[in-house]
Amino acid sequence: MRAQWLERVPATWWMWAGLFSRITAALVGGYVVAALSAVATLALPIDKVQAVLTGSQLSFLVYTAAVIWVFAVRNAWRAWAGLVIVSLALLPAAAWVWQS
Amino acid sequence: MGVAVMSQTQEKAPGIRQTMSDLHIWTGVLAGWLLYAMFLTGTVSYFRDEISQWLRPELPAQLQLPDLAEVGERLTATMAERAPNSPQWTITLPTERSNVAGAFWREPGGGRRGGFKSATFDPRTGEELQARETLGGDFFYRFHFQFHYMSVRWGRWLAGLCAMFMMVAIVSGVITHKKIFTDFFTFRPRKGQRSWLDAHVAVSVLALPFHFMITYSGLVLFMSMYMPWGEQAAFKDRQHRQAMTEQTSAFLQPGEASGEPAELASIAGMVREAQQRWGNNNVSQIIISHPGDAASTVEVVRGNVARTSMGPQFLLFNGTTGEIVKSRDSVGPAAETRGVLYGLHLGRFAEVWLRWLYFLASLGGSAMVATGLVLWTVKRRSRLKDASQASFGLKLVEQVNVGAVAGLSVAMAAFMWANRLLPLGLTQRSDWEIHVFFVAWAACLLHGFLRPTQRAWVEQLWLGAGLMILLPVLNAFTTSRPLFHSLMEGDWIFAGVELTTVALGVTHAVLAIRTARYQPQVRQPRKNKAASVAARPAVAEPVAAMQDVAGAS
Repeated sequence: MRAQWLERVPATWWMWAGLFSRITAALVGGYVVAALSAVATLALPIDKVQAVLTGSQLSFLVYTAAVIWVFAVRNAWRAWAGLVIVSLALLPAAAWVWQS
Repeated sequence: MGVAVMSQTQEKAPGIRQTMSDLHIWTGVLAGWLLYAMFLTGTVSYFRDEISQWLRPELPAQLQLPDLAEVGERLTATMAERAPNSPQWTITLPTERSNVAGAFWREPGGGRRGGFKSATFDPRTGEELQARETLGGDFFYRFHFQFHYMSVRWGRWLAGLCAMFMMVAIVSGVITHKKIFTDFFTFRPRKGQRSWLDAHVAVSVLALPFHFMITYSGLVLFMSMYMPWGEQAAFKDRQHRQAMTEQTSAFLQPGEASGEPAELASIAGMVREAQQRWGNNNVSQIIISHPGDAASTVEVVRGNVARTSMGPQFLLFNGTTGEIVKSRDSVGPAAETRGVLYGLHLGRFAEVWLRWLYFLASLGGSAMVATGLVLWTVKRRSRLKDASQASFGLKLVEQVNVGAVAGLSVAMAAFMWANRLLPLGLTQRSDWEIHVFFVAWAACLLHGFLRPTQRAWVEQLWLGAGLMILLPVLNAFTTSRPLFHSLMEGDWIFAGVELTTVALGVTHAVLAIRTARYQPQVRQPRKNKAASVAARPAVAEPVAAMQDVAGAS
């Protein structure tokens, strides 16, 4: 499916680009997902202070799971896709909380 | 090297076990040196108060904890002289394990955040401590989560990043080892790389729940720094944020002063009232706001005897009448969970035997990181056909490993020696103790590059062993509390620090002997043994002899 010029890129470049992409996905993308999950927890119908503490505590498990996901899947595209899907799912809740 | 995770364009993707193995290896080796330092200094911090006592030999052994109510009264009097105009004093009382009291207070007009001063006091007299200037065991404690020579903020972020690497390394490590519990009972000594792997798995699995708990709870301790977003989203103003802080900290902000002078009621009476609720010797802090003002308050904070959670519990008294204004006996479920994680991490609730178990599990965690680092090099060495092929990266990791692992023992022992040998009148003496630690560590790192790797391990292990085994001798010459004296007096804190250090020194000596005896083995190809019995590279696996000891522990 790749364009012609893309075909001429050496395989090792792809390999390193893929690795770099995954590292970014793990460090930055994983943190964003974790932060979104921490904020989204506030949408739960529980006491606000407890919700903050719950979300923050769980966020490190989310971060860890995100990093594992990023390196477990077949390629960097899928890694990012997974993070984006989870982020989109969390975003409405997080946005609603942030606004209110 | 880690090719599996990069296989963007290869037709067949590697299995999950392979990718997780690569993830485990690379997170481990990238953060390993710092993680080892965090783990080992954190391990000794389970005896932080005991180490502090040993580092202040001028203070006599506290054979019995003084009456905390009287200590509170005494220190309040001291503070009234020392900082009469301060809006808030926080007094930390001694415990069964700690023979000093501390206080910190706000400077008048210092604002909400800044302007704090602190001092350490002798609980028996209430006077400022007359002992050598030292940070004591607090140095190892602080170093293990914020390092040194950098701002507290940067240090804590770096420690948090390392802790996240550890979380990922633990989870990916478990996924890698399908037969993790079978592997746990497998140990193949004297088999080079296999033995290192078995040793690594054994120390990791033995205390796996501990390693996970300690890493996760470490992150949770600083979550308001690492993950502030929920808090930012939920509370837009200071007042609401206060409600949150009250769930996690006993430290209340001082209210408004009235401007009318009034005498403080009896602090001792308030402490006694609190002890009636919580049991004896179970008050940790007294926080006095606006002392000498009619609107003064006194907050008595519960200690950690016989409770796992460090969730804040306190009694708040009206400072002039001595009546209870407010009491907190529990916090919300999420806050209590945090309190338990906090309590589990610090282990303050642990009585002596449990404390030792903590120490050993944590030592196992340090060994887990160290054996992992060595395994990384041993595995790569064993794949080489001859030593000249060793890559820059392999040599670098091998050489840094020496100073990062064996060198840290030398540096920590050097800190203890510096405490005894630096002149007592030296300006900024406590800073110099720390400089000695880092100079010793840096020298070991350099030494690792200057000497052949196997020799470097042996020399540094011997140096560490010598410093540790001779510690009681040094102490006998530099203080009036030699080991036999402590033993006869039944001073187990002083004797315990020395005997434990000697035991660790002996362990280092055993490791040094085994490393020195290690002979590179003859390489045995798997398929056809007779065909090519090539000699193993002469410098391979310099420390592989440590394998038996590491595994046996």
